[in-house]
Amino acid sequence: MGAGHAHKLYRHARSPVHELPPHCKIAATFGFVLAVVATPREAVWAFGLHALLIAVVAAAARVPAGFLLRRLLIEVPFVAFAVLMPFVAQGERVHVLGLSLSESGLWGAWNVLAKGTLGVAASVLLASTTELRSLLLGLQRLRMPPLLVQIASFMIRYGDVVTDEMRRMRIARESRGFTARGVRHWGVLATSAGALFIRSYERGERVHLAMVSRGYAGTMPVIDEVTAERAQWTYAAALPLAALAVCLTGWMLT
Amino acid sequence: MHVPDGFINAPVSVATGAVAAAAVAVSLRGARRELDDKAAPLAGLVAAFVFAVQMLNFPVAAGTSGHLLGGALAAILVGPYTGVLCISVVLLMQGVLFADGGLTALGVNISDMAVTTTVVAYVLFRLLVKVLPKRRSSVTAASFAAALVSVPAAACVFTLIYALGGTTDVPTAKVFTAMVGVHVLIGIGEALITSLTVGAVIAVRPDLVYGARGLAKPLQLRTADGTTVQVAPQAAAPAAARSTRKVRIVGLVAALVLAGFVSYYASTSPDGLEKVAHDKGIDRKTGQHAAKDSPLADYRLKDVSDARLSGGLAGVIGVGATLAVGTGVFVTVRRRRARAVLPETETV
Amino acid sequence: MTDAVPSLEVSGLAFAYPDGHQALFGVDLTVGRGERVALLGPNGAGKTTLVLHLNGILDGGAGSVRVAGLPVDKRNLAEIRRRVGIVFQDPDDQLFMPTVREDVAFGPAAAGLRGAELAACVDKALSLVGMAEFADRPPHHLSFGQRRRVAVATVLAMEPEILVLDEPSSNLDPASRRELADILRSLDVTVLMVTHDLPYALELCERSVILSNGVIAADGTTRELLCDEETMRAHRLELPFGFDPRSVAARPATTGGR
Repeated sequence: MGAGHAHKLYRHARSPVHELPPHCKIAATFGFVLAVVATPREAVWAFGLHALLIAVVAAAARVPAGFLLRRLLIEVPFVAFAVLMPFVAQGERVHVLGLSLSESGLWGAWNVLAKGTLGVAASVLLASTTELRSLLLGLQRLRMPPLLVQIASFMIRYGDVVTDEMRRMRIARESRGFTARGVRHWGVLATSAGALFIRSYERGERVHLAMVSRGYAGTMPVIDEVTAERAQWTYAAALPLAALAVCLTGWMLT
Repeated sequence: MHVPDGFINAPVSVATGAVAAAAVAVSLRGARRELDDKAAPLAGLVAAFVFAVQMLNFPVAAGTSGHLLGGALAAILVGPYTGVLCISVVLLMQGVLFADGGLTALGVNISDMAVTTTVVAYVLFRLLVKVLPKRRSSVTAASFAAALVSVPAAACVFTLIYALGGTTDVPTAKVFTAMVGVHVLIGIGEALITSLTVGAVIAVRPDLVYGARGLAKPLQLRTADGTTVQVAPQAAAPAAARSTRKVRIVGLVAALVLAGFVSYYASTSPDGLEKVAHDKGIDRKTGQHAAKDSPLADYRLKDVSDARLSGGLAGVIGVGATLAVGTGVFVTVRRRRARAVLPETETV
Repeated sequence: MTDAVPSLEVSGLAFAYPDGHQALFGVDLTVGRGERVALLGPNGAGKTTLVLHLNGILDGGAGSVRVAGLPVDKRNLAEIRRRVGIVFQDPDDQLFMPTVREDVAFGPAAAGLRGAELAACVDKALSLVGMAEFADRPPHHLSFGQRRRVAVATVLAMEPEILVLDEPSSNLDPASRRELADILRSLDVTVLMVTHDLPYALELCERSVILSNGVIAADGTTRELLCDEETMRAHRLELPFGFDPRSVAARPATTGGR
């Protein structure tokens, strides 16, 4: 059962980044993304600098480049979207290799791609250096309403349960000779959804009963109090501040 | 339908951010009545389920793909307020953990995918349940219809947001056609999954379906020799009858704020808008907007190079304002909530 | 055997699930302080439903439950849940924190213990079940028997008035089963043990009650109940092949209780 165990995105290591309090990291990530988003898309070099910042943090966190790049694959659907944009957008057309492309579409594609990729990279770094439990604690400390924290923590717990039950049901289906191929099998899969829901719920319900039985009242008891010192905040703030500097330079130079 | 960073301009992002914050705040208050200590994990499960379901992208037509939204399922299983919270949490976690949907586009995404789907689905669901005969199959049928409608409704709202603050040069009419077309199809998938899930849950654990509560039989006492005595039924939790007025009011206010905000900006500073907009999430479906005779075409500028700086500033200010508004609302609600909840904490 | 206040008093408890299925039809049961009682019954008799009433997870039916004199209702829930320690059947449901130590600390921390006090409480509970040296291991790396012992420790850490065990011997190999029995026998606490494992009930509990069709159908010494073939058959209870309760030497059922 996966309450606080390492999630698949998490990469265990000892590094200065891992040791930062989670709320500092969340705030820093958010600040970084804001700065990236506010950077003008024409300042192509600025995105290079942003990427460099990410690379520095990744190095400090001992997250190997290959790991980070593999995680970036999550972005592929957006890439497909971005690639379409130059074809469908309006505006002046430019001709590249005989293709007629919309110039603003190209900019749009670049904009979404660059910012999206940096956003994903930042999130991946956050997720790979912070355990889920600390992430939730961090959100809690950042004053996210407790009810939302509670729903989020149950969601994560159930995420494991749902995946697990899904796997069991697939094994059960396949051992009876069923494999899902294409639209014809949607019916079977959709019917499984209801069963999956109940199975997951009843399994998770037992965990919840166990928690409630031991006095759980909506918030995880804080066993190891983590407080951020000023130095840690400063350290965490380095990333968004650097990104902000890049962003502002971008505005001045373009 | 996850809007990426940079897709919707700053003013609209801010406006939707405010709408989303208000909706979440209202939902937090409302959810207190919906949630008991058993419903909290249910809400978590619904969130996990929606999370999983949103990751399933299935091909729809003409090389586009879509994903289910889950708002209807959430609203019916855990109630509208908690439903909004569930989907919002999903969107937040998708943003933080997977960068699915820009962090700065959270407002757009929540307004569109959490609030719209949930409210539309729930209002329709309740109306249908009232009209249809009181049977379990009616609940299933009502959830089918509610889910079916909720998805194109979200597509319409997306198109509206796009028309007001889209940053790419794709005409609104094309966006509308493509979005709504695709989402009618997705709506069918969503309706199927929603009704099958609700149907399955209601058959086995009707107590888990918010929309079908309040059918308790009287208790019996049985003595060891097998005789039974009826016990007067205790007051059953009358969870079913709840006014959706608040939800509707929030929707209205949201629409007003959006309209007011956007038209103000659109008319006063038409050029700044375009550039600024880099702050929303990404969506596969939007990929196919094609452009044509947009009613708002004049408001949007192609590439205004001289307006860049002002645009950028506006973007920053806009995003900052979203944050400020959101935080303000949250803090206020949280304080009030904390105070209100105190006397009953031991029951939670 | 009954002190001034019994550990557990259940009277007239009836309950129906929201889907209309009624599981309890008026249960009366009193467990004195220090007693070890086995709750026997066929599948679907309402055993789990009864257990979930003991700490107020289920409520809303008729009747009442009192734990050491304190009625189970919304106002007392926190205290009730401290006093009633439930060990669930599947330790994987019970252990949800990353390390054994944190898991055992969960309950006391939720009750407000911090720092050295918390650590002492955790160590004490773990050494009671002989798992002290595993404190920093992740629970899912332990064997099933060890996990069940940790599950018992998570509950003992709350210093409960009554320990409720749901199928404590299920899925245990014979050695783990015996170790757990030794641990349970060494504890000075009231125990209510839900089980299908009749020899285990005989070994650990002087008294047994049979819950059948939502009511208490029999209440007596374990040995007599197990020897009463008619009652046993009427409630779908069967002894394992070759096991004869009459042939088991009487052994001191308790060290702590009466």
